[in-house]
Amino acid sequence: MYIIRRWSVRHARLMERTYALVERTLLKAAPLLERVGHERLEKPVAAVERAVKGALFDCRMCGQCALSSTGMSCPMNCPKTIRNGPCGGVRPDGFCEVEPDMRCVWVEGWEGARRMRDGEAIHTVQFAVDHRLRGSSSWLRVVREKTASKTSEMEIGNVVPVRPLNASPAGRMRGRADRPTGTTTDRAGATAADDAPSADTDRVLAPTGTDGRRT
Amino acid sequence: MSADAHRFDDEPVPGYPLPILPGHSSPGRLERLLRAGKFVVTSELAPPDSADPNAVYERAALFDGAVDAINATDGSGAHCHMGSLSVCALLTRLGYALIQQISCRDKNRIAIQGDILGGSAMGVANMLCLSGDGVQTGDHPEAKPVFDLDCMSLLEIARTMRDEATFQSGRKLESPPRVFLGAAANPFVEPYDWRPGRLAKKVAAGAQFVQTQYCYDVPRLKAYLTAVRELGLEDKVFMLVGVGPLASARTASWIRANVPGVHIPDAVIARLAGAENPKEEGIRLCIELMQEIRELPGVHGLHVMAYRQEARVPELVERSGVLGGRVPWHPGQYDGNVDVERQRERQAEELAEDSAEELAANLADS
Repeated sequence: MYIIRRWSVRHARLMERTYALVERTLLKAAPLLERVGHERLEKPVAAVERAVKGALFDCRMCGQCALSSTGMSCPMNCPKTIRNGPCGGVRPDGFCEVEPDMRCVWVEGWEGARRMRDGEAIHTVQFAVDHRLRGSSSWLRVVREKTASKTSEMEIGNVVPVRPLNASPAGRMRGRADRPTGTTTDRAGATAADDAPSADTDRVLAPTGTDGRRT
Repeated sequence: MSADAHRFDDEPVPGYPLPILPGHSSPGRLERLLRAGKFVVTSELAPPDSADPNAVYERAALFDGAVDAINATDGSGAHCHMGSLSVCALLTRLGYALIQQISCRDKNRIAIQGDILGGSAMGVANMLCLSGDGVQTGDHPEAKPVFDLDCMSLLEIARTMRDEATFQSGRKLESPPRVFLGAAANPFVEPYDWRPGRLAKKVAAGAQFVQTQYCYDVPRLKAYLTAVRELGLEDKVFMLVGVGPLASARTASWIRANVPGVHIPDAVIARLAGAENPKEEGIRLCIELMQEIRELPGVHGLHVMAYRQEARVPELVERSGVLGGRVPWHPGQYDGNVDVERQRERQAEELAEDSAEELAANLADS
């Protein structure tokens, strides 16, 4: 909902802190989650995530949440789904070119980022969305990534899909050829629960200095 | 045509791809000129609603001798016209320097990467990566907007194709596209204080030159350029500022109200409204802006968008004197039946007649 979404961005610092708390909790629960199995958890967690983030941010479940790099303003609400800041068509007073009654998602995001402690993350280039991840849980993914790579500096809600530029082509192709784990998208319907759970980690998370690990 | 700085010493036949110098990305004239410190002018061709190639040749010929590269727009304003790649195909055959515009609105990454390869194969040396106008502004508002990529991820993918010779998938390219990559910038709309930072992001993603939206507000541009300089971007990206003549106060008001992203201050509209001949006043205003912007530090060229007044671009360039007498090379006046080979032979003969001294002077220039 537009009003709640704007409230969330106005309280971006609070959201940032809440997210940090959720992240710590989930990471503590990581061994438990592991034992239950991410594949089994994917559907219910994604449903919770959809409900919570849908209410707070009008989340579109792109599966690659970037909220903490976007001033807590969901970029998938941009009619052009631009994930890297405002286009050149922003109207006077910061309204959207395409939907004149809506404030530009990125004008909002810029204000949100300035309220956040780590608002500088808005300057990070966000790479192309992997549309296979639509509908899947970003939270579980972050837990997998964080536990897989202690060196990672990723935060929940900040899954920056850095493309592994230095990785071998084979490594990149393997990551990209695999389908996402337990996709629960209600649009595509189909799931891919039989895929290896580490596939999307390869693809989405490539913190600098860990490229060799994945090959 | 006199021998002057628009011909390079290592260019055997003007219009053919140039050797790529160390530190350069493309075989194009635009990059050569910019890196040689020349002030450049680009303009944009309004693609025809026609399947007649002559319509394209005629429109390109309007710019002959006035511009260093021509933007081939990609469904600008979300209107249907001849496609960007097709315009490039027709004009690169004649030797024109093209800037292939690529919008994310109409194609997904599979199509776009194919177009990058195709454009480069045809001799397009410059590509401008855009998000694209929303479909609601165009003549097919019922169309499905694609936006698989945005301008930033498009830049990054194009750069990876060029520098690492791979598709986004990681699959290897046999021969990478040799392109000079550009982006758009609009310093004249909200959020003003982020616009320079957003340019930094585009540079990080791969932008080597930038063409801005229409500038009618020089103080705003100056503030932007100062911020760009403070971010240390001045040496990392070439800045081509957008300018264009306004036909009347009514047109200006209409553009301001209906074309998202174009900022026209009241003073500009008042000046046009008070003019006896608004159209000529619009030209004069544009020339003044060109001259003023030409002198600003951190500006490397002008992008002249003379919508429906394309024929006046040479006049704007000449009267403003922004090229300082330099005449950009062009493949020759359209004669209704362009013989490419003959054109090239003629250029080669002219080149052969040039004295060694002039060539040496060019070498020093470039």
